[in-house]
Amino acid sequence: MDLLEYQGKQLLKSVDVPTPEGGHATTPDQAREVAKRIGQPVAVKAQVQVGGRGKAGGIKLAQDHDEAFSHAEAILGMDIKGLRVESVWLEPAADIVAEYYACFTLDRSNKCYLGMVSAQGGVDIEEVAAKDPEAIAKVSIDPLLGLQDYHVRALVFGAGIPAQYRGELSAVLKKLYKAFVTLDAELVEVNPLIVDGDKGMVALDAKVTLDENSSYRHPEFEALREISTTDPQERLAKEKGLNYIKLAGSVGVIGNGAGLVMSTLDVVAQAGDNAANFLDVGGGAKAELIANSLEVISGDPQVKSILINIFGGITRGEEVAQGIVDALKAVDIAQPIVVRLDGTNAVEGRKILADNPNPNLYTAETMLEAAARAVELAHGSRGA
Amino acid sequence: MAIYVNENTRLVVSGLTGREGRFHALRNRDYGTKVVAGVTPGKGGQDVDGIPVFDTVAEAVQETGANTSMIFVPARFAADACLEAADAGVDLIVCITEGIPTHDEANLYSYLQGVDTAMIGPNCPGVISPGKANVGIMPTEITLPGRVGLVSRSGTLTYQVVHEMTQRGVGQSTCVGIGGDPFIGQFHIDVLKQFEADPETDAVVMIGEIGGDEEERAAEYIKNHMTKPVVGYIAGFEAPPGKKMGHAGAIISGSKGTAVAKAEALEAAGVKVGRNSAEVADLIASLV
Repeated sequence: MDLLEYQGKQLLKSVDVPTPEGGHATTPDQAREVAKRIGQPVAVKAQVQVGGRGKAGGIKLAQDHDEAFSHAEAILGMDIKGLRVESVWLEPAADIVAEYYACFTLDRSNKCYLGMVSAQGGVDIEEVAAKDPEAIAKVSIDPLLGLQDYHVRALVFGAGIPAQYRGELSAVLKKLYKAFVTLDAELVEVNPLIVDGDKGMVALDAKVTLDENSSYRHPEFEALREISTTDPQERLAKEKGLNYIKLAGSVGVIGNGAGLVMSTLDVVAQAGDNAANFLDVGGGAKAELIANSLEVISGDPQVKSILINIFGGITRGEEVAQGIVDALKAVDIAQPIVVRLDGTNAVEGRKILADNPNPNLYTAETMLEAAARAVELAHGSRGA
Repeated sequence: MAIYVNENTRLVVSGLTGREGRFHALRNRDYGTKVVAGVTPGKGGQDVDGIPVFDTVAEAVQETGANTSMIFVPARFAADACLEAADAGVDLIVCITEGIPTHDEANLYSYLQGVDTAMIGPNCPGVISPGKANVGIMPTEITLPGRVGLVSRSGTLTYQVVHEMTQRGVGQSTCVGIGGDPFIGQFHIDVLKQFEADPETDAVVMIGEIGGDEEERAAEYIKNHMTKPVVGYIAGFEAPPGKKMGHAGAIISGSKGTAVAKAEALEAAGVKVGRNSAEVADLIASLV
């Protein structure tokens, strides 16, 4: 779960990382009130979970509270890379003396934690890594050992941080690490971590990604969940708790298991079209889940045909078939549906489909045949 | 012999008394796996269809000589159950449980580096050596005893490929589902080493997917150390960057972890890469 900047800052503040005194606003009027309270000039920042907000016009400096109102009015509702700006965060304009980069994350290559610091903050760290990899100090941290003082020294000296800021940065790094571990974060990144005039070090931005699997021990996660996608199908799918990702093609895809669904997207492409979505119903899908999935996908005007590819293991063929039959009764589905069932109870599933004939429903023996048929149907040919 | 599980496997199941644990453990036993014990704290002394239940894994190992553990407990208890099994001294843990917090998995991985216990999973379908033993949730009827090893991150995609191999008369020595999480016990490369050393395996099918760099590392290993032929398959050519495709580990970060890069790395290592499951089955059928 990617947090918004202001949510990340609030979490960092809870472990005593210095963050700007700011305020959150969902309307231009609220923005004006926040600007009055925190003093001016003030930065008005779009809250979306994506990089490049500044370039997209999502961050603006306001000299007074009326300008904060008009900037908020312009920014709220903006579409930044497919995400709608639902709120803005306002904070006093900073007096940037120095800009650093700091992060802790999970390092899957080396199977440990990774800490990184750079004196080149405020720019895209991937660019720094590409142009000047030496400018990023890195340490691998054994999760069982945790962050040690020598790790911190390796980061601070390794990044060439000037002597007068080393102590303060070291203290901030320890707090960021604490946040990373105690919050079950996949990523805690501050870019830039600035020296703000004579106010000392401040986290001017915060990117925090939390691990959803740990939400059972973090009741506070629930309040952080935001649905900000502008795509109506993605919104509907999220509301129904489906594992759905919108894509660009015209064949709607439903399958069980991430690998099989990815593979299905690939064979649809090989058959000459592209999938309209990724949708994994997971293991043990019951009829209702299949029906919900069909409802979301068939409501997408981009979808011209639907391909259901199920290889039963824990998932049972008759449950899937019943879900399809139920959905066809409950929802008006205009697109043709191609079903390919194999594995556990596939025979029973195929029988249910055969007993409930529907002119819109096709079956296929193999995955490739199913993909070819779905592509054919998407392009208006009724096939053989 | 096969790898990881075989006739000598003596299985203890953590979570045997739960609905899923019971269902799959009994299926594993029906297949011929020696399921010797279950563990559910507080239910020691009971039995599940004749399989004795203990309060701790240590007790189960001591009383029954169990050497392999299968984990079927809910996600919030699963990392602890894995540690308990490792501490009890089993040779292998097969952790089926999905949804374990990543920090717990990172801790578990670190701990396992210092002990002799290997782990498959978490978030995996398990391991089957057809005709010998099945530990996990894979459907057995699609398998066929034979001499091709298979290793994969995915569950159902594994079934798909195994099904197509069996349809072509190509049997399997062992099928290993290593799991879709970023931190797992055995990676592709660990399983490839086992297959290379296994006298009952002649060739290997390796199934990968987007995310991380394990397939690239495996390609390097194949090029430098493997004498047995390998057929590869990568899922996720159509996956967009920055989106988690179901598995926690299946995500393209920036330009890293793409299917194209992985397929190219494998081909550069001399691996024949199929574009879909049918091609993979054809390729392996032509080799054995």
